[in-house]
Amino acid sequence: MANMPMEVQQHHHTAPTGFIRKYIFSLDHKVIGKQYYFLAIVSVFIGMVLSWLVRIHLVWPAVHIWGLGAFSPAGAPGGVISPEYYLSLLTIHGTLMVFFVLTTAPQAGFGNYALPIQIGAEDMAFPTLNMLSFWVTFLALCALVSTLFVEDGPPISGWTAYPPLSAVGSIAGPGQGMGQNLWAVSIALFCIGSLLGALNFITTTIDLRCKGMTLMRMPVTCWAWLITAILSLLSFAVLFAACVLLILDRNAGTSFFLPSGLLVNGQLQNHSGGSPLLWQHLFWFFGHPEVYIAIVPGFGVISHVLSVFSRKPVLGYKVIVACLLAIGFLSFTVWGHHMFLSGMSPYSGFLFSIPTLIITIPATIVSLLWLGTVFGGRLRFTTCMMFALGFVSVFVTGGLGGMFLAQPSLDIFLHGTYFVVGHFHMVMGVAAIFGMFAGTYFWFPKMFGRMMNERLGKIHFWITFVGVYCIFMPMHFIGLEGMPRRYSSFVNDLMQPLMPVHTFMTIAALITGASQFIFFFNLFWSMYKGPKATENPWESTTLEWTVPSPPPFDNFGGKHPVVYHDAYEYGDVQNGKDYVMQTDPAGQPASS
Amino acid sequence: MGKAFAVVLTIITTVSVAIFVSRHWWFPEVASAHGGAMDHQFVETFVGAAIGFILAQLGLAAFAWKYGERKGETRPIRIFPGGAKWLVVLALVYVGSEIILLEFVGQKVWAAMYFTPPAAGSLQVQVLAGQFAFYFRYPGPDGKFGPIHTSKIDETRGNFFGINPSDPGSKDDIVTVDLAVPVNKPVELLLNSKDMGHGFYVPELRIQQDIVPGMEIPLHFTPTKIGRYNIACNQLCGLGHHTMRAFLEVMPEEDYQKWIVEQASLQ
Repeated sequence: MANMPMEVQQHHHTAPTGFIRKYIFSLDHKVIGKQYYFLAIVSVFIGMVLSWLVRIHLVWPAVHIWGLGAFSPAGAPGGVISPEYYLSLLTIHGTLMVFFVLTTAPQAGFGNYALPIQIGAEDMAFPTLNMLSFWVTFLALCALVSTLFVEDGPPISGWTAYPPLSAVGSIAGPGQGMGQNLWAVSIALFCIGSLLGALNFITTTIDLRCKGMTLMRMPVTCWAWLITAILSLLSFAVLFAACVLLILDRNAGTSFFLPSGLLVNGQLQNHSGGSPLLWQHLFWFFGHPEVYIAIVPGFGVISHVLSVFSRKPVLGYKVIVACLLAIGFLSFTVWGHHMFLSGMSPYSGFLFSIPTLIITIPATIVSLLWLGTVFGGRLRFTTCMMFALGFVSVFVTGGLGGMFLAQPSLDIFLHGTYFVVGHFHMVMGVAAIFGMFAGTYFWFPKMFGRMMNERLGKIHFWITFVGVYCIFMPMHFIGLEGMPRRYSSFVNDLMQPLMPVHTFMTIAALITGASQFIFFFNLFWSMYKGPKATENPWESTTLEWTVPSPPPFDNFGGKHPVVYHDAYEYGDVQNGKDYVMQTDPAGQPASS
Repeated sequence: MGKAFAVVLTIITTVSVAIFVSRHWWFPEVASAHGGAMDHQFVETFVGAAIGFILAQLGLAAFAWKYGERKGETRPIRIFPGGAKWLVVLALVYVGSEIILLEFVGQKVWAAMYFTPPAAGSLQVQVLAGQFAFYFRYPGPDGKFGPIHTSKIDETRGNFFGINPSDPGSKDDIVTVDLAVPVNKPVELLLNSKDMGHGFYVPELRIQQDIVPGMEIPLHFTPTKIGRYNIACNQLCGLGHHTMRAFLEVMPEEDYQKWIVEQASLQ
């Protein structure tokens, strides 16, 4: 494919001139990538504020929160969060973060922006589809956020929306009427957007690589985006089906997830023949690959920037690619570990725990290879590098928690406790967000043509790094005491001795959250006021650093790049440079 | 900056491990026959995980400390000795043996709870979960439970279980709001839900099971320590989820006998 004539591979379109076609309904992958990025920024901001409210309610349940009473008179009368509104906030926090932050920015945001340039393409394979996938995702976000404004508020069933709670309608509790419908529609739309995006990523990577860009010369980032796209394609299709069935159960009187004889709030339900476990299987068949959809792009970015800022080739490039493929495959075999105690056959629990533990092997190999990449390098501690090192640390910490939860017998104790909350926040939330921060600090000069402020970046890093350990490590401890998650308060002296730990975590969350404003300020200020970025400020080798910052509309200014080298030829100094551009026809491959 | 990172990461690692090892926050004291093996398995996993945690974090800290670039430095880079090969071998051997140990030795606990039937003569108690309370039913002298008719549930008239008094198996059933069991006697719970997914979680007894409407899920254990324990719902079931609680009273045999007679008289 890489040897096909350029004319066949790439289609040309001219740069639009009108504002709407240029910035709103744009077909340009770079604009769409930024649109996804800002969609994630808006979502992460709302999600973070919700997490503050959740944390505040846990430790200061009677506190009046300014403005909240006016925002939601039913959920927070007088600004005091009610227990059911706590669950609403929790549901929207989880849904926003998992879908609209962790699934958008790392893949659709940075991937859209950087993938075509990194493989030497002018655009994605299907630009119109690309535009469509963003706007469908945008609609999905609107549907989800609108639940905050409907009369009985957002759903209270958590981001996993287990039936019957999610399926029987408003009789199940506040938010379970219109709010839950909007939730299901939002997620169904999100699935469509992700499926369209996945098709585009796969086709682009397979078909649009420039001359010389063999698969094994692609940056690890491109491998990560390709594998993530395959995971998205296979898993979002299933979640889409599940959401459609849920919408039917709720509105058309079907009983996919509802058994007979349900007596809800004193009323016998007219359903029969369904099973709540069916939803759990469909949801987690998506839900576990989803964890990797969130984190694998981070694997790519971290492998990439550790190499750049260690001035060393990625250690074991082929092994990393093999591990990512293995993780991708295995991620479809482990969903049952969310359901050890669900009432499914205990023999299944035994079987599901085996691939769950096996998947730690490729994850461990990748982590060790990152350490090996850093070993013996000439490390440049840019903010981007700090977040990459931080990523390795939090990923290892969070990942090790998985060793416990992978075992059904330990899950009997730990399931549904704060241990789980600490684990998944660390390994999937924080690690993926660190990957996004690393990506932001790394590609910002290319995306916006200016440099971010390093001093602010370092302050942001230090508070965030220490902060996330202060928030999520103690969750493991109180999980060991058996403290249940999703409790809006611990009444009748249940778990009272642990409340000071909660106070500590809430204070840490408020400080860490506040420090994100440093990041937001740095982001927007640098966009307009940062010093101008050169073409290749990080002395990096990949194709996006061969074009101006920001790149022209067709990325390569009408030229067709040709690749001669692997993606990571860093190392010994020759001719005053310690790296060889992928497009450098004369450079000698560095020793590796 | 690298040295600062190394110091901070070392502090985080030390404090985290120290808190775990101090057992300041730790499992509540075990109160069931199978719980000890579970705790043992946790400790085994913990040792394996802690070694990995300390080596990885301190390795990262050491490299960040040592390999920072000074301005204009042209020191040659060093490739990790043996390249990727030894790291792959290390991961395969260390994690692989850990998995084999945990999976094939540690599964005993799971098997004991779920693959083996409850001991003959176990005390059977039916549990009915609903928003936001648990109810318990003892079979009475005939040892039989009558069927649950959710359509007959009427809390105002005290028919929490949907019992039809004309069902022969239901006649002598005893319905209670707390669960009491004699110490050191095997118990089998039959978990039912009338509305939502619920959970049945008693940390001290190391038991937890989801309760799913449409299914009757068995759960067996042997309590070994007299006491009063919280039964917490641990599956999000609605707005009052956090209030859904009952108590498990583990009593001496004679107290239990007195208690059950008293409960029977209240029916």
